[in-house]
Amino acid sequence: MIVERPRDLLLRKVLAHGFLILFLALILFPFAMIISISFREGNFTIGDLLPRDPTLEHWVLAFGLDYTRDDGTVVSPPYPVLLWMWNSIKLGLMSAVGVLTISTISAYAFSRIRFRGRAGLLDVLFIIQMFPTTLALVALYSIFDNLGEVSPALGIDSHLALVLVYWSGVVMHIWTLKGYFDGIDPALDKAAAIDGATPWQTFRFVFLPLAVPMMSVIFVLVFIGAINDYAYASVLIRSEEQMTLAVGSRLYLNEFKYLWGDFAAAAILSGVPITAVFLIAQKYLVAGLSDGAVKG
Amino acid sequence: MTDMTDTFPPTGGAGLRLGLVGLGTLGILYGAFSLYIAGQPVFGALLLALAVGFGIVYGSNRFYNGRFIFPGLATVGLFVVFPVVYTIWIGFTNYSSFNLLTYDRTLEVLLSRGTVDPATEQPFAVAPQDDGTYRIWLPDTGLLSDPVTLAAIGPEEVALSPATAPATLLAARDAIKLRDGLQSLTLTTPDGLGIRNSGLRTFASLTPEYRVIDRDTLERVADGATLTADHARGFFVDGAGVDVPPGWRVPIGLANFKRVLTSPGIRAPMLGIFIWTVLFAAISVLTTFALGLILGVILQWDHLRFKPLYRILLILPYTVPAFISILVFRGLFNQNFGEINLILEAIFGIRPDWMTNGTLARVMIVIVNTWLGYPYMMLLAMGFLQAVPGDHKKAAALEGASALRVFFTITLPQIVPPFVPLLIATFAFNFNNMVLVLLLTRGLPDITGTIVPAGQTDILASFTYRLAFSDSAQQFGLAGAITLMIFVLVAAISYANFVAMRRAANRRIAK
Repeated sequence: MIVERPRDLLLRKVLAHGFLILFLALILFPFAMIISISFREGNFTIGDLLPRDPTLEHWVLAFGLDYTRDDGTVVSPPYPVLLWMWNSIKLGLMSAVGVLTISTISAYAFSRIRFRGRAGLLDVLFIIQMFPTTLALVALYSIFDNLGEVSPALGIDSHLALVLVYWSGVVMHIWTLKGYFDGIDPALDKAAAIDGATPWQTFRFVFLPLAVPMMSVIFVLVFIGAINDYAYASVLIRSEEQMTLAVGSRLYLNEFKYLWGDFAAAAILSGVPITAVFLIAQKYLVAGLSDGAVKG
Repeated sequence: MTDMTDTFPPTGGAGLRLGLVGLGTLGILYGAFSLYIAGQPVFGALLLALAVGFGIVYGSNRFYNGRFIFPGLATVGLFVVFPVVYTIWIGFTNYSSFNLLTYDRTLEVLLSRGTVDPATEQPFAVAPQDDGTYRIWLPDTGLLSDPVTLAAIGPEEVALSPATAPATLLAARDAIKLRDGLQSLTLTTPDGLGIRNSGLRTFASLTPEYRVIDRDTLERVADGATLTADHARGFFVDGAGVDVPPGWRVPIGLANFKRVLTSPGIRAPMLGIFIWTVLFAAISVLTTFALGLILGVILQWDHLRFKPLYRILLILPYTVPAFISILVFRGLFNQNFGEINLILEAIFGIRPDWMTNGTLARVMIVIVNTWLGYPYMMLLAMGFLQAVPGDHKKAAALEGASALRVFFTITLPQIVPPFVPLLIATFAFNFNNMVLVLLLTRGLPDITGTIVPAGQTDILASFTYRLAFSDSAQQFGLAGAITLMIFVLVAAISYANFVAMRRAANRRIAK
């Protein structure tokens, strides 16, 4: 490893780059394909891999505008992609704010405030955290179906119901943040206490500012989690105007109405912003994921 | 939660705090009360408990510490623990599309059924008013109703009186949109006859199909048959022993579990699905871990150039929202006009039937899951590899060990222990990777000879999802029973993970 002959090294370098490039070609093939398809004419065309007559039709439709073809026929957008995107973003923001508020307060309590049964409660939360709540779908459907009879704002098809369900993801983040708070020097809260700060003021003026980096990680995680959710949204949302991207996009590839080209443009349009957020945040996300979780 | 700052003012302000807490408590109590009134005593009780807890914790100074813990516990209790308990309860009931309603609602539905009296049947039109209400116009008899809201929030009953035709009438298409409101409407003619919506375009007087005799007994008006309520099964049964739908939900004990374990049409596919679920999760962990590790090792190599570029391109599959990638693959793998078969045919002359052949569908699902999952493993591997001290490797290399040997004897043993909890978590994640299955194959192709919808690519989670939410029959009770079984399995995995993580953490502290 240290004593390497130059010729061996060159061979290895060529092999490594060769392997990576081949692998990347395979991995990135779907991306290349979907871009090409979004410019291809029609929705069925078994055509060339590179579009022969590139058209902006699918893109115009994805932006929610009518498209006039060369022969004069006007095509209307099949689905309200931008509305779905707005729904997704709205739900993502609402869940992120809620989860962040609840989890920072709880994590502070678990990290700093002494009360009876704390250790036991922590273990319970830890096991709950690994429970896939998607399995409670039947109950959640029934609960909100029943609540809807009292108030439609809390029923099936309501965004508020979905946000409340997303808040249930709070447990995992309590753990992550608790790990982070545990790492903060106890001398800080002692100093604050000597200056006469209540536990609330210690939380508000000492811990909260220190936790901002971790909180942004959690914000992004919850936001992306909500946008990516299919299981809950598909059960709790029924009407087309209330749908999120994850639920709506599936309509494009319905067996009886297969809109491959329109889907391609809509997928890129909606995927790019989310991907950008994730790419920017991923460095911190991975560190947070592997870090906070393991600190028992 | 912004009012938290108000709840803890720097000095004094106890009166304001108590006021806010009181208002909040009253608000929740109102919710609890309206739930109870609406016939949801369980939810009402839950909200009542929440109100009491909220009032005490934030109202009294004795529970100062509790104020920090309350929001988290309330959320977990309401949205995690309660749904889980409720799911288990549903597993012991006959809740399904046949037994959907409560007993009271079932009675209501049966009693509202009626046969149309053709003599009174007449067309109607809806006349919108300036203030957002509507009047119903019956052109045949020249009657116009008093204003109605048509909001479909409860039964409405208004009188009809002779009038001239209103100037503006809704088109039939717009009137249909008000259907829900129209159906809960009763119009009283000047002679005192109640007429109701009897079709898309008509109102008529309805003779009820059933009549109450006494508690739990109904009479069918048409043939005079007596219907008795069977509370063990949740159906009204007529004299000939025939069930009269709809039924209502009743607890049926272990019947769902018995069905799962004894009915061959459920047991056989479920066993197959269980085996596939474990296999799928295990294979997915293996492929993503192996691929991620190999790539991680290559990217850690000191002599490699363009590392940042490779890294960013390699994690792209991780950053694109999964639902988009999965749907893209669904299209690309399409048998008839998917691009993958297009290329395979051009090069090798084959067109694999990815969607209809069970084995190929499973291969496809693993391929897609590997594509989705390897970047996460790669990122983790890169992190853990960095922590392996370089001098160990150097010492081994000086002793003449080959690169492969160094990797397997020095590097791998050092990175596996921290990896284990994350591998178990990945296993648990894939064990319930419903999104992948639902978006890629919906569990298809179907297993033949089953009495419930079950597919060859279904995993347990997607199987229960389809059982509960497929269009054909919504078998919530059965799905709840199977969910309970999955819960037990997942709890075992979770506990193993818990122990593994504890060990990892202790080892860390020991260092």
